[in-house]
Amino acid sequence: MSTDALTKVPHPVPLAVRDLVKHFPVRSGLLQRQTGAVQAVDGVSFSIPRGTTLGLVGESGCGKSTVAKTVMKLLEPTSGVIILGGVDVTHLSPAAMWAHRRRIQTVFQDPYSSLNPRLTAGEIVGEPLANFAIATGSEQKDRVAALFKRVGLRPESTAKYVHEFSGGQRQRLGIAKALAVSPDVIVLDEPVSALDVSVQAQVLNLLIDLQDELGLTYLFISHDLAVVRHISHHVAVMYLGRIVEMTSKAQLFRGPRHPYTEALLAAAPVPDPARRRLQRVVLAGDVPSPAKPPSGCRFHTRCPLADAACKVTDPRLAEVALGHHAACLKRPAMAAV
Amino acid sequence: MSQVTAITAADEIEAPGPGWASRLARAIRRNPTIVAGGVLLVLLIGLAVAAPWISGDPFKQTPVNRLRPPSEKFWFGTDRYGRDVFARTLHGARISLTVGFAVAAISSVLGLLLGLLCGYFRRIDAVLMRVMDGLMAIPSILLAIALITLTRPGLAIVIVAIVIPEVPRIVRVVRSVVLAIKTQPYIESAISGGTRTTKLLARHVLPNAMAPLIVQATYVCASAMLTEAGLSFLGAGVPLEIPSWGNIIAQSRDFFQIAPWAIFIPGAFLAVTVLAVNMLGDGLRDRLDPRLARRL
Amino acid sequence: MTQPANSQVNILEVQDLRTEFRTIDGVVRAVDGVSFSLKAGETLGLVGESGCGKSVTALSILRLIDPRAGRIAGGSIRFEGRELVGLDEAAMRGIRGHHISMIFQEPMTSLNPVLTIGTQIAENAARHLGLGKKAARGRALEMLDLVRIADARRRLDEYPHQLSGGMRQRVMIAIALACNPKVLIADEPTTALDVTIQAQILELLAEIRQRLGTAIILITHDLGVVAETCDRVIVMYAGRMVEAAPVAELFRVPRHPYTRGLMRAIPRLDLDAEGEGRRPRLTEIGGLVPSLIRDIPGCAFAPRCALAGDRCRSERPPMLDVGEGHRAACFEWAHGFEGARRDAGQAEGVR
Repeated sequence: MSTDALTKVPHPVPLAVRDLVKHFPVRSGLLQRQTGAVQAVDGVSFSIPRGTTLGLVGESGCGKSTVAKTVMKLLEPTSGVIILGGVDVTHLSPAAMWAHRRRIQTVFQDPYSSLNPRLTAGEIVGEPLANFAIATGSEQKDRVAALFKRVGLRPESTAKYVHEFSGGQRQRLGIAKALAVSPDVIVLDEPVSALDVSVQAQVLNLLIDLQDELGLTYLFISHDLAVVRHISHHVAVMYLGRIVEMTSKAQLFRGPRHPYTEALLAAAPVPDPARRRLQRVVLAGDVPSPAKPPSGCRFHTRCPLADAACKVTDPRLAEVALGHHAACLKRPAMAAV
Repeated sequence: MSQVTAITAADEIEAPGPGWASRLARAIRRNPTIVAGGVLLVLLIGLAVAAPWISGDPFKQTPVNRLRPPSEKFWFGTDRYGRDVFARTLHGARISLTVGFAVAAISSVLGLLLGLLCGYFRRIDAVLMRVMDGLMAIPSILLAIALITLTRPGLAIVIVAIVIPEVPRIVRVVRSVVLAIKTQPYIESAISGGTRTTKLLARHVLPNAMAPLIVQATYVCASAMLTEAGLSFLGAGVPLEIPSWGNIIAQSRDFFQIAPWAIFIPGAFLAVTVLAVNMLGDGLRDRLDPRLARRL
Repeated sequence: MTQPANSQVNILEVQDLRTEFRTIDGVVRAVDGVSFSLKAGETLGLVGESGCGKSVTALSILRLIDPRAGRIAGGSIRFEGRELVGLDEAAMRGIRGHHISMIFQEPMTSLNPVLTIGTQIAENAARHLGLGKKAARGRALEMLDLVRIADARRRLDEYPHQLSGGMRQRVMIAIALACNPKVLIADEPTTALDVTIQAQILELLAEIRQRLGTAIILITHDLGVVAETCDRVIVMYAGRMVEAAPVAELFRVPRHPYTRGLMRAIPRLDLDAEGEGRRPRLTEIGGLVPSLIRDIPGCAFAPRCALAGDRCRSERPPMLDVGEGHRAACFEWAHGFEGARRDAGQAEGVR
């Protein structure tokens, strides 16, 4: 692992995304004409400094997983720019993208379906090594064994099949596979939400250790605020395809500025009966469909602060405090303060 | 700490054995349908293979012994020309099984290739599937009759005639399975890991499509045997002088009331063979991959 | 609906429940000696990780264990004094969905996609309460209002796919409540839902309990949900009860090492733990849940427990009284007590 890491020139911002848009066409009728678009991701920008974690948090349908897949170029972005280690990879063909895949790897949510059931654990982890001709033969075996050891699996278990591992071990396998090519960035798409609490702790600890040791950059996607708070340096909150608030972890959890973030924090149950809220602030209604997002501010249909202006004006993400961005008309930008 | 944890953890998982081959072995132990179907089929194959040694000459006509009921000498009786129905039935098994397996094998290979292409490449899909729809609309009986009138009748022509309409059925199954596999996270995971298309298909898509394919192949095998019998019965199958089950039945139908054994016995053999193959298929479907099979 | 007098009456008493499943590899003791009682209007939490037997306990109470796969191997379940174990299926049908009803994690798969919501609610009411078609529909409307579905009259004629996940769970609750059950079993009712929707559903459950006096058994893996909704909690591990306590007591002084491990393993949203430097490590519980096929002579948690001694490995600890209404199945509970105190102190200090 180490030799590869040394030969690569580390970029201070291994992953940056500007105005990323991903719309899925909605077709209907006999001729399958496009009648609309699901605006899964609609103008998302962020950059992640080397060695840090950006937590991307939001409820289902907010587009966080689409961001992950688009950044990985598993989906073609509709528009916007994806910059991987200083290189614009937005419009690269699959063949041209191939060489850049070494820089960015991913760990998926479901450790049951993200590993091929017909391959042994060793074959799964060794495959990226073979793909990029990093190591073959006995050298590859040694590498795989080292990777297994690093993520806390027995090197002897390379011959086992995926179904012989527990959920937590499968997630370790997924991490080992992602580490195989010594990437700069790892996109973690809900990596612990399918795991039991005690196993989740093991995997989170492993991820933090690996990041500290290898200087990895994480895009950590989750719906669980507590997990995001635990692992992230910066946090972006998504709602209906947009980032509504983005700042350092400390600022976000101490003083959220967007009403949606406030509602999310209020809704998350806290394991302490002494702090049970007598009158909980419950956000009414459901998330609107991303195929027909509301006019103006997308959150206005559920927002306790919304007024007439919010229905018309679409607020841009603006700096509301130093290094603290929020998209809310009711929380004016810094210049106005 | 984490290392220690996982290492103690690894011991606790009991190993049920690797891969689909050994899962198949386990499945058989657990599934009486597979065992029953498999044993029957092996028995029939054994009889077919051993036919020349354990039975007499299927072509030998002994007019003295015409239309004899089953006896010690002629276990299954004789037909209108005094031919031994036992010998003819066992030799007929060779034809039926050959047709069944050949059709299953050829259409599986073709169907797998085309299905992979259709399932994985959207552009090819649009064109190829319309062609398949067209092929599916051709009735195999008519196609066989047409082919045989155009060429010299023979086993190969019969196989080709049955394969053509069967291929689209396999293509459909493989295609739907490939479409399902394509959305599996492990495919995305492999692409992220730098696996290129050819390898992706060979290593990740194909092996996972095998189980439903094998199941479908057994159904094709059974239906091919029935179609062959039907073609022979109609006189559009293998040449009359070859003792296929369809031919035996067809040649004995005029004497049905006098010598029902010459029809019932090959008929029963056909039914049992088809049953055995279908049982095997059902058992495999339930065992190999119930989740995928349910979608078929 | 509930008189304060009977709030002390146990409407459900489970004694030494044991449920087994036959598998190819052997008999799985999914529930192994679970005992608890439920008072009218009370919310009891059953907490544990996957495979701990919490859902099987619920299915056993409703006698929904598939007889081809498993059986209740022993113990007793008494509902209002009536023994449910061994009760014939016809009598059980009169109780299930009427006096005891259940809601599940996945509202989409629990609703019939080809029937309207109204029909599905009315069906249950008509069957158990003997209502006519019109009265049943009226009841359905009433129930939709109860679960706070806006525009209930229109929704009656809609199909499940026309509703959002949160609304579907509300409909499930409406169906479950249509016959005024004494006990509602909620199996991970909010796990499939988003946090803001989860908050709505939890609030609804609390409100229902207050208005109708329905006793609730809430099955969850989420300690946060437990802390916010339950009166008493039972922690399960490997099919066994390891700890039972009033909710405040459990979170203040968890006595079983497993409970303590769980509480320390979760990242906390409420504690301002992060300094400016390194992120803190979570406390892990080493190892894995044991196989339930093998007989575990001692404490099921012993192989993963730092406090375990020889006795823990050879003798199964009974539920010991460890405090006010607080029981734990641990020989060493006092031993670990200091550690727990320290944790609680730390948490308080930070706040």
